[in-house]
Amino acid sequence: MGSNGKKFDLFNFLYKYGTIIVILAAVLFFSLTLENFMNFSNITNIFRSVSIVALIGLAITMSLTISGFDLSVGAIAGFASVIAAKFMVVWEMGPIPAIIVPLLVGILIGCVNAFFIIKMNIADMLTTLSMMFLLTGISITFQNGSAIYNFMPLPNLGGIAPGTMSKAFLYIGQGKILNIPVPVIIMLVVAILAHLFLNQTKYGRYLYMIGSNEEAAKLSGIPINRYKLIAYMMSGFIAALGGLVLGARLGSGEVNAGAPYLMDAVAAAYIGFSVFGIGKPNAFGTLIGALLMGVLLNGLIMMDFPYYSQDIVKGIVLVLALSLTYYKRKE
Amino acid sequence: MLKMKGITKTFPGVKALENVDFEVGSGEVHALIGANGAGKSTLMKVLAGAYGGYEGDIFINNRKVTINNPIDAKHNGIVIVYQEVDTALVPHLTVAENIMMDYIIQQKNVFMNWKKIRRFAKQEIEALGLDINVNRLVSGLSLSEKQMVLIGRAFFHKAKYLILDEPTAPLSVEETEKLFEIVRKIKNEGISVIFISHRLDEIFKICEKITVLKDGKNVGTFNTEDLTIDQAVEKMLGRKLENTYPKVEAVAGDTLLEVRDLSGTGGVKNVNIKVRAGEIIGLAGLVGGGKTELCKLLFGEGKITDGKIILEGKNTTPKTPTDAVENGLALVPEERRKEGIFVNETVETNITLPTLKSYCRGIFMNKGKIKKVSCENIKKVGIKTPGEKELVRNLSGGNQQKVAIGKWLLSVAKVFIFDEATKGVDVGSKAEIYELIGGLVKQGKGVIYASCEFSEILGLTDRVYVMYNGTIAKELITKETTEEELLYYSAGGGLNGE
Repeated sequence: MGSNGKKFDLFNFLYKYGTIIVILAAVLFFSLTLENFMNFSNITNIFRSVSIVALIGLAITMSLTISGFDLSVGAIAGFASVIAAKFMVVWEMGPIPAIIVPLLVGILIGCVNAFFIIKMNIADMLTTLSMMFLLTGISITFQNGSAIYNFMPLPNLGGIAPGTMSKAFLYIGQGKILNIPVPVIIMLVVAILAHLFLNQTKYGRYLYMIGSNEEAAKLSGIPINRYKLIAYMMSGFIAALGGLVLGARLGSGEVNAGAPYLMDAVAAAYIGFSVFGIGKPNAFGTLIGALLMGVLLNGLIMMDFPYYSQDIVKGIVLVLALSLTYYKRKE
Repeated sequence: MLKMKGITKTFPGVKALENVDFEVGSGEVHALIGANGAGKSTLMKVLAGAYGGYEGDIFINNRKVTINNPIDAKHNGIVIVYQEVDTALVPHLTVAENIMMDYIIQQKNVFMNWKKIRRFAKQEIEALGLDINVNRLVSGLSLSEKQMVLIGRAFFHKAKYLILDEPTAPLSVEETEKLFEIVRKIKNEGISVIFISHRLDEIFKICEKITVLKDGKNVGTFNTEDLTIDQAVEKMLGRKLENTYPKVEAVAGDTLLEVRDLSGTGGVKNVNIKVRAGEIIGLAGLVGGGKTELCKLLFGEGKITDGKIILEGKNTTPKTPTDAVENGLALVPEERRKEGIFVNETVETNITLPTLKSYCRGIFMNKGKIKKVSCENIKKVGIKTPGEKELVRNLSGGNQQKVAIGKWLLSVAKVFIFDEATKGVDVGSKAEIYELIGGLVKQGKGVIYASCEFSEILGLTDRVYVMYNGTIAKELITKETTEEELLYYSAGGGLNGE
């Protein structure tokens, strides 16, 4: 019995702090073995490298709070980058519409997702899978089949694209404030706002309650459809923002650039469940989840771990984090 | 012939069956009746092998058999059709596949012989005199057709004893007639049917023998022709229960809530009720009588097809539960864990949810105030919990129910609807819940209290509406009525005479 009790305590400890311990251990290990790991530029580099994953992960977190799922976030991000690039490069518009329109489009896509999920009663995963295909298709059509970048050749011998990506726009992805990359600042601001929204406002509480027991939420008088709509709108908005950062960093618009972030973002959000043993989707956890993967990959690459084997690390981290969360739920 | 002798079944803390004898002859249609909790379903589940163990002996044709699981039961020719037919069917397979499910699982061939499966299934369906295309998907069938599919499956198993658990509760009159035809047909094949039902009028139509259970004991087995409906009701109740309800004498004021000709989802038809301030209205009725459906409809859950709900003279017919809450209604639903509470959330989160807006500054929650209000309310409602941050799933059933009630006590609701509020609640908590309800009417609130436990209705309410088949069968003054009368009307008794 004694040993059982001890084991149980250990599990509970890991359940609460396991993810954090792994990060601290990794940081400690890499800083001892790699002399360049702990310097300022490498740390900002890690943060910058996870910023887009974290943003898209925060988008998914919004849909996860209501026990939904938004698979279209990667495609929304890619599409947002394409709209912005086309506005500036092909249609010679300024940075303001190139930022505002993609964000509005992101919200609109969230509305459409919510419509099919709520009114047509299609499973969230399937609705957003369809949306992912649809957006990728629309986007590639909209970009005439290839990426949009400065001075690209236009189709049908149309010469060279007249506009360029505006400097102000590129600043979103490439600029620095007080030596901190702008994407990192955006990521932190969104994470803090999302955290406040989910934990300190009544709306956040309603979202979690819907995710916890939809029927009971409805019979408590919460207008569940309205809040589901809000969750998907926010998901679309944050994903589009992530797409703008992505486009600005690459200096081009390409829908397929957003796609690879989807799975990493899902992983970040689910690793986030396990942070501090919260056991449910949460903004802070998602940020930690993204950072954990970023730290591990950065360190391993610096140790000459082959880049093509990165997914092994992601897979292991994810399954361990999920084990902590779901084994606890089983009890 | 099937014989159960000295069956005792104990659950933690409850003796559900005590030394029950039960006997069914071949080709006999035998009714099993009793009030809720009398042990009818438990006895039949023992027979069907749904529980692991039991004390006592079961004999089939004078040979002792052991039934420890559903497979044992099947080998002995015993098949049960539960009220929840969907649990036994695979919706996206065809009728043929569902009827032949065991054959498909047990056959040795790797390849399916669909022709044979369809032919066999069709034979069963036709033997029952039914007209269902065996190629249809089960998901597209009506409830009554699904029952038929299950009976067809039992038939294919060469079942000798068919148990029907409340088969007619969800059926229309015509569907019930059709089911009875089939019951008569299988009876002629020498199959015995055990029929659990609350509807006494039906039982007297179709059954030859009636066994009455009460509080887990067999009261007696009777030939149907030797018994009247009134006598059956008396036997089900036994002696009158003592009154243990702290009746609060509140003075009834003006009409708070008026329901006019309400019809809607769940088979609710033409319901007219009135609730005055300071009055507890009973909704009495048996399981399947439409109480839960009516409660939900009043609360905006479901579709109202006709009629009005008037609160304090204003038409406030709700479209959604959100409307209902805004209008001043509160519902404590029947399925506590599914609909009433959030088991994985804290007590605090649960009881402050409907009124969360009042503890916010702008959109931000005032967590200090939430905590304070929760602690006060936990004390007031008498929720036994280690603290306000405890997860609700760690509380006992009675305390969970107090959470489900407590979350509305903070609201400004004027009419409270309770649906089976004391189901699965221990005796001590029951009394506390009655006291909470008494406190509400003292404050001039109106209360609608739906229950299938008539002793509760009699002890607690001022007026009673008896529900049968989705509509109000009778309005009674609680003081002037009896349990017999409530049971009589809720079993459809008054319909033939009047």
